[in-house]
Amino acid sequence: MEWRDEGILLSVRRHGETSAIIEVFTQDRGRHAGVVRGGTGRKIAPILQPGAQLDVAWRARLEDHIGTFTVEPVRSRAALVMGDRLALAGLNAVTALLSFCLPDREAHQELYRRSEQLLDLLGQNEVWPLAYLKWEVSLLEEMGYGLDLSVCAVTGGSDDLVYVSPKSGRAVSRQGAGDWADRLLPLPPVLRGDGPAPDAEITEALQTTGYFLSAHLAAQLGSRPVPDARERFVAAFLRLAQGEHKIDK
Amino acid sequence: MSSTKDIEALIEMMAKLPGLGPRSARRAVLHLIRKRNLQLTPLADLMQTVAATARECLNCGNIGTSDICDICTSEKRANGEICVVEDVADLWAMERSGVFKGRYHVLGGTLSALDAIGPDELRIPRLVDRVATEGITEVILALNATIDGQTTAHYIADQLEGKVTLTSLAQGVPIGGELDYLDDGTITAAMRARKAL
Repeated sequence: MEWRDEGILLSVRRHGETSAIIEVFTQDRGRHAGVVRGGTGRKIAPILQPGAQLDVAWRARLEDHIGTFTVEPVRSRAALVMGDRLALAGLNAVTALLSFCLPDREAHQELYRRSEQLLDLLGQNEVWPLAYLKWEVSLLEEMGYGLDLSVCAVTGGSDDLVYVSPKSGRAVSRQGAGDWADRLLPLPPVLRGDGPAPDAEITEALQTTGYFLSAHLAAQLGSRPVPDARERFVAAFLRLAQGEHKIDK
Repeated sequence: MSSTKDIEALIEMMAKLPGLGPRSARRAVLHLIRKRNLQLTPLADLMQTVAATARECLNCGNIGTSDICDICTSEKRANGEICVVEDVADLWAMERSGVFKGRYHVLGGTLSALDAIGPDELRIPRLVDRVATEGITEVILALNATIDGQTTAHYIADQLEGKVTLTSLAQGVPIGGELDYLDDGTITAAMRARKAL
């Protein structure tokens, strides 16, 4: 068995003294693991940083074997994000979430395309949080927990939609919510693609998507908790929005 | 065969050491037996001593033979600087260079979502305590230039922000390095950290 593809490196784990087991998110084969011989060596280790875009060739005797990868760098993203707290936290959140929820060896081409675009925007902190939010919504959709925010689940109307049902993921209008309002999740305009997307709305929208990641997606994956990296990204975004500064260089 | 049972057991143990396999372990054991008085006996004595006395420094996490290591007890090293490293091997590497004259703090790893290593699994709370009680003015984050290393550095920076000056090691071209052989990431980091001549 043999194939070649381009992919995003999601994780690296040491294997024995000199090798590494990597997980790559590829366009045609989804999340795929394999061994990189000499993957902890001085020449290859700098290439094998999570988020890197790699050209990978996989080879195994049988398809269900873990197999071995030979890798070549296409572009590194690590150096761009090392000194940037938000970008680094964002990269960790994306790779950790993909590694967490993608099924093994199942192609998700649209999600792959969106993930690659999102990672290529790293470092552009003025647009990245909004791009990340949209990516998280598409991740939920791809995993079967898409939000239906077009009309109110109660009244069927499309005006004054300000809540999301935590159960169905459908929008609820102020009128339709009635006494149940305090049990519903916020639906800021940014989540529907409306308005100028201020930081406060993005933060609120991330709380809503975070709920679905945790209560629905993670619960379905054997009650594993959502990776801490996602929470750290939200915290870093909040801190940046509140105007805090970076490490002294 | 039974007469060589202990030797075989020794070879098996040696083969588990990093960098050694069954063949090289066999060679090493044979060498030690041939140099019994000169190497094997002193080595066995030293191993027994180290096994009995080696322990982690309660203050910084360095490995020594007492509860508080020599670096932490030395008044000369109390210059208000703490260098934070991932592992004892990193501390020893810094000491070999002789460039740092302050004290250390060994984290014992880095944050890792994959391995479920969070802040509580590292010695970060102890570092925050030390900064508060040892009159620290600067914390140097000498963590690896990897995604996990830098994620940990930023997390520590968040914990200590406003309490102390925070610095990190420079990243770029190694001494003796040729640009042609460097990866893109290192060249990018070096360009960003360029300085006036």
